[in-house]
Amino acid sequence: MEVTRRHLLLLLPAAAAAWKFVLAGTPEASPNYKLAEHWWEMLIDIPKCIGCGSCVRACAQENDVPEGYYRTWIERYHVADYQIERPEVESPDGGKQGFPPDESSGKNFFVPKLCNHCADSPCTQVCPVGATFISPDGVVLVDKSYCLGCRYCVQACPYGCRFINPKTHTAEKCTLCYHRITKGLTTACCEVCPTGARQLADLKNPKDPIHEFLRTHSVQVLKPHMATGAKVFYDGMDGSVR
Amino acid sequence: MFKDIEHLIRLATVMAIAVVAFLVLRAGVVPRSFGQYGHYRGAAMGEIAARPIAFAGHDLCETCHSDVADQKRQGKHVVVACEACHGALAKHADDPASLTPAKLDTTVLCARCHEANSAKPKWFPQVVTADHSGGIACDTCHQPHRPKIETKPETESKAEGKK
Repeated sequence: MEVTRRHLLLLLPAAAAAWKFVLAGTPEASPNYKLAEHWWEMLIDIPKCIGCGSCVRACAQENDVPEGYYRTWIERYHVADYQIERPEVESPDGGKQGFPPDESSGKNFFVPKLCNHCADSPCTQVCPVGATFISPDGVVLVDKSYCLGCRYCVQACPYGCRFINPKTHTAEKCTLCYHRITKGLTTACCEVCPTGARQLADLKNPKDPIHEFLRTHSVQVLKPHMATGAKVFYDGMDGSVR
Repeated sequence: MFKDIEHLIRLATVMAIAVVAFLVLRAGVVPRSFGQYGHYRGAAMGEIAARPIAFAGHDLCETCHSDVADQKRQGKHVVVACEACHGALAKHADDPASLTPAKLDTTVLCARCHEANSAKPKWFPQVVTADHSGGIACDTCHQPHRPKIETKPETESKAEGKK
């Protein structure tokens, strides 16, 4: 068909309308989810953690975490008497298969760890390309298609929560199961925790039991001196935990 | 006014073309949603949220398996979600015929939580499995969904355990 000037002029509005859809990008996966109505955090009740490793296994399965890398992991602390400054910490295979028995004297306990989803996170501040960010609902995420794999963020995280995925060569970390929480589900780790040691909480939801818990318990965050605004709260945490 | 003004006009034209070229390139390269919420691609959140789930969640399990949920409610394992033991089963929840949950080995499974370890909290029930059962599968005596052994209806609990 010969494209006359008339044809071209007729085509223009249609092309403009189509271009609008192209520019709009991928539609939201959860249309009923309102970003501004949530502020996610997690509560970890250390006296309830039994070190079973369910959370680590579930996380790996839910998020396809490569073998030998962990988005969440469990540490076993061994604090000998008077050695609060020098705890012995171990995490064989991230605690995925549980922990071998240890009957040594002193204080032993488990500490589950994950991204703290800091409100003033150092990792997002160092990204040179805007590939990692704090979402409006308080989750620190990585835009895979934008990440260069420069590792700045891996170095910047004071909690060691990031790694470079050996397949994609981009930064990877806990997403707080963003694909689940935006659908009204809890995270995979919280779902399978058999003792309720991990609880997902929404600080912007006035009905969330977290508010009552925070009022009535002494909770701490990891490395508060780094002023990261960490949002993973630990209840019953020993002073030796780093 | 100026001598040789066409030099300046030429320079201005080159600069104007450069600015326009920059703006066109920038519009083409920077994604539409960049800067929507901050210095990042707003559409990235939708892409991350679009990932399919692996764990269905115990609420969904209980819509079909209400009998098991009732059993669990009678014991301490009421707090343990289905997929903590049975594994990720969102595929089974989507289409029950597509995936049958694997039979579980209670000798391994129960020990993960209940094997004695000094780092486990004192309130948590623990056994040294080697002394407690000597390698016999836990579900020989215990019914995993309601693990406390009742003294009376032994035949019943055994029948349930085989289920």
